[in-house]
Amino acid sequence: MDIGIVAQQLFNGLMLGVIYSMIAVGFSLFFGVLDVIKFSHGDVVTLGSFSALGAAGVSGALFALPPALALLTGLAAAVGAGALAGIVIGRILVIPLRGAPSINVLLATLMAGTVLREAIRLGVPNGGNPKPFPALLPSGMINAGSFSVGIDSVIIVCAGLLLVVGTHLFVTRTRFGLSIRAVAQDDEVARLAGIDQQRVVLGTFALGSGLAAFAGCMLGLYYREISFNMGVLLGIIGFASAVVGGLGSLIGPIIGGFLFAGVQTLVVVAMPISSAYRDVVAFAVIIILIALFPTGIIAEQRSERV
Amino acid sequence: MKLINKLLLLTCGALVAVATGTVPVLAKETVKLAFIGPLSGGNSAPGIGGRNSTQLAVQLRNADPSAKYIFELVTLDDECKPNIGIQVATKAASDRSIIAGVTHYCSAVGIATVDTYARFGLPVVVWGAILPEITYGNDYHEIHRVNGTMINEGKLAAEFLTKQGFLKYVVVHDTTDYGKGQNKYFSEYLKLAGGEIVATFPVSPDQQDFTAELTKIKELKPDLIMVGGLTPLGVRLRAQMDRVGVTAQLAGVSGIMNAGFLEGAGAAAEGTISFHNGAPITKYEQGQAFLDAYAKAGFREDPDAYGPFAYSAATLIMDAIEKVGPDRAKVKDLLNTTKAYKSLVGEINFDDHRQNILRANVYVAQDGKWVYWPDSEYAASKRKLRLN
Repeated sequence: MDIGIVAQQLFNGLMLGVIYSMIAVGFSLFFGVLDVIKFSHGDVVTLGSFSALGAAGVSGALFALPPALALLTGLAAAVGAGALAGIVIGRILVIPLRGAPSINVLLATLMAGTVLREAIRLGVPNGGNPKPFPALLPSGMINAGSFSVGIDSVIIVCAGLLLVVGTHLFVTRTRFGLSIRAVAQDDEVARLAGIDQQRVVLGTFALGSGLAAFAGCMLGLYYREISFNMGVLLGIIGFASAVVGGLGSLIGPIIGGFLFAGVQTLVVVAMPISSAYRDVVAFAVIIILIALFPTGIIAEQRSERV
Repeated sequence: MKLINKLLLLTCGALVAVATGTVPVLAKETVKLAFIGPLSGGNSAPGIGGRNSTQLAVQLRNADPSAKYIFELVTLDDECKPNIGIQVATKAASDRSIIAGVTHYCSAVGIATVDTYARFGLPVVVWGAILPEITYGNDYHEIHRVNGTMINEGKLAAEFLTKQGFLKYVVVHDTTDYGKGQNKYFSEYLKLAGGEIVATFPVSPDQQDFTAELTKIKELKPDLIMVGGLTPLGVRLRAQMDRVGVTAQLAGVSGIMNAGFLEGAGAAAEGTISFHNGAPITKYEQGQAFLDAYAKAGFREDPDAYGPFAYSAATLIMDAIEKVGPDRAKVKDLLNTTKAYKSLVGEINFDDHRQNILRANVYVAQDGKWVYWPDSEYAASKRKLRLN
C-alpha cells in the first residue's frame, strides 16, 4: 500500500481517537468521584456542537466577526452550555439520587439525554435535518504525495490532544484537582478534611461535560455537519472506551479511545466490504478485552483514581 | 289517542329543534385516514413534507361542499425504523375506524409493514418508499404505490452516468433493505451499460465517520461515488470527501434528493446528481395550484420531493371513499382497479401488482436547489461535472 495512504489512515485513526478519548475521559471522571454512569454524556456532546453553531452563527451575523472570533465565541458557548448542563444534571439528578441504586442514576441520566436530544430536534428550526457547520478554521491542505490533510484537521487534533493533557494536568497538579482525587479516593475522609463535597462533584460534572461539549464543537469543525442524534453512538463508544481502558482512571479512557478508533480504521483498511462491520468488530474486541481485563487495561488497583 | 298526542308532541319538538338549529341537518359522516412516515430523526424532512401535503389534501377536501364525508387524518411517526413502523402500522390497522392509509417513506419500514396491512385488511397507498419488493415481492391486494421503484431509478442512473463519461465507480450503500436494493439494481444495470464498480462499501446508516472509507476510495481513484442511502449518509459523505481530498463526482438516488441534503452539505452539494421518479412539481398540470395552496395553508416546512406523491395518494384514497363509502374491502377493490386517474403527479395507472407505472428523471444540485437536468446549466454545458 502507498505510504501516503497509510499515513492518511493513521491520521484518520488519530483524529477519531482524540474525539473518543475526550468523551471517554468524562465518563471516567464522573465514575471516579461519584461511582455513577452519566448516560446523557453523548447528548452533551451534541449540545456543545449546536451551541457552538448557534453562537458562531448569531455572533457572526450580528457583528460580522472574523472567523477566529466567531470560533472563540462558539467554543465559549459550547463549553459554557456543556458545563451548565453538567451542573444541572449533577445537581438535579445525580446528587439527590446518591443513596439510590446506581441503576436509578443511570436511567435518570439516560432520560435526561433523551430530553436534551429531543429539545435540540424540536427547538432548532428544521432540527431533524443534519446542519452544516461553518468552516471557522484556516483552510488549505498539506500535501505530500498521496497524503493530504487539511490544516484545520491538524489544528483540531492538536487542540484535542492539548485539552486531554491539560485535563490530566488539571486533575493531578491543581488544588481543585487534588479535591477531586480526594473525594474519589474516600469521600468520608475528604469531608472530614473540610472539602466541600458538593462543590467538587458539581465541579467535576462541569469539567467532564465541558470537555464533551468541546469535543462536540471539534466534531462540527471536522465533519462540517452535525445532527441532533450524533451523540447517541458517540456516547456508547465513549463509555465502552472508558470501561475497557479503566473506568475511574484518566489514562485508561484515553488508551481505550485510541484502541477503539484503531480497530475501526483497521477493519475498513483491511477489507472495504467489511466496512459495515467496523463497529461490530470494535465492540467485539472491547468484549474480549473486558473478559481479559475485567477492571480495564489500566486496572483500578494499580492506578490512582481521578 | 294518547299515542297520537305523543307523536304530535315529538313532531312539534323536532320541528322546533330544527328551526332553532340545535339539531344538525344532514351532518356529514367523519371518515378517518392514517398518514405514516418519519416525523422525527434524520429523515424527518421528507416525512414532515409528506404529512403536510396529506394534511393539505384533507383540508382542501373538507372545504369542498360537494364532498360526502368529513375526513380526519390520524398522523403516526414510524421514525424510519422497521420495529416502530410495525407498531404504528398495527395501531392504525387495528383501529377499524381508519379506512385507509397513506404510508411510509422509508423502504425498510415499507417492506416490514406489508404483512400487517394485509393481515388486518387495511388498504394503503405508499407515498415514498421505493423498494420494488413492497409491491412486487408479494401479492397483497391491500398494498398500492403511487411513486416509482428503485428499478427505474437504478436503470436511469446507470444509463445516464455512463453516457456522461463516468466509467469507474465506487458504491457506498447503507445496509438496510433500501441501500442493499439500490446497490443491487444500480450494479446490475451498470454492468449492462458498460460501467465498472471497483469497490462497494456497505455501511451502517448511522455511521458518522467516513474518512477511512474515503481514504481507501482515494486510493482507488474512481470517476464517481454512488450513494445508495438516505440524506444523512449523503451529507456525511459529501462533507468528508473534500477533507480527505477525494475529487470524484457524487451521485445518489432519490433518498438524498431533498432540502435536507442541500442544507446539510451546504456549498459542497453543488453538482451532485440525483435521480427521482417524480418530475419537478411545476411541470405538472396542477403543480402551481398545489404550491399556491401549500403556501396559503401556512406550513413551516417544504413539501419536499415526495410531498406531491403523498398528496396524490391521499386524493386517490378520498376519491375512492367518496365513490364506494367508508368500507375497507370496497375501497381496496376500487383502488386495485385504478387506471388513468388524474392526479397531481400525473396519470396514475396501477399494474397487476398495484404499482404505478412511472419513469425516472435526472436532477442536479445547482445554486442550492435541485434543478431538473434538462433545465440545468450543467446540461447546457455552462457548468461542468467533475471528471477525473
